[in-house]
Amino acid sequence: MAEHDMGFEEKIAWAGVIVSIVHFTIYLGVLLTRAATTPMPETPYVDAMLWSIGAAIVVMIVVSIIVAVTTGKDGHETDIRDKQIKARAEFTSRGLLIAAALAALIFAMLELDAFWIANVLYLGFFFSAMLEAITKIALYRGGVPAW
Amino acid sequence: MVKPTRVTNSIRALRFAAGELTQAELAERVGVTRQTIIAIEQGKYSPSLEVAFQIAHALGVRLDEVFGYPSTDHRTESS
Repeated sequence: MAEHDMGFEEKIAWAGVIVSIVHFTIYLGVLLTRAATTPMPETPYVDAMLWSIGAAIVVMIVVSIIVAVTTGKDGHETDIRDKQIKARAEFTSRGLLIAAALAALIFAMLELDAFWIANVLYLGFFFSAMLEAITKIALYRGGVPAW
Repeated sequence: MVKPTRVTNSIRALRFAAGELTQAELAERVGVTRQTIIAIEQGKYSPSLEVAFQIAHALGVRLDEVFGYPSTDHRTESS
């Protein structure tokens, strides 16, 4: 099998998968630890969620800079293929985001606690980001099929 | 594994015919990433018509000398 040559955008997609898994795992760990002593809907989650999202954004910015510097000019530019792959990946993952939004809407109509509404949205962000990054990687490695 | 595109190409051969043009040099001339040239050469990506023309121009040949498409048997004769 020919050696696969990763460009800037594919490396960022890999970083996205790893960062997403790490920040979601840490958030889940903090939440479950707190929930051991408190009923789930009353568990404090806002600070952990904000830190988790904020840290993920900062880490991704830092990783992007490091990847850009280490990749150099050769693989740094983004072209039409990158844009097509990004559009495909966003199209594929959008369904999960819509599902999470619908679930949040139903939870709000049922007057469930804000805890469940916020967390189902957070779950939707996580899974759609994961699916988007995995789809990108699959398209970079396997090729871009015609519509 | 099924190839993502049926479009065939002779970029690799034409690069060597054009004085050992590297993938990076061709990418630079066309204005795409080196990875995109690799993907096109390997049949993993079908370029837009515009990029296809730019590749042909960069290699100094006609479009149909670079790219091909297998004919289908079920094509109907309309004239």
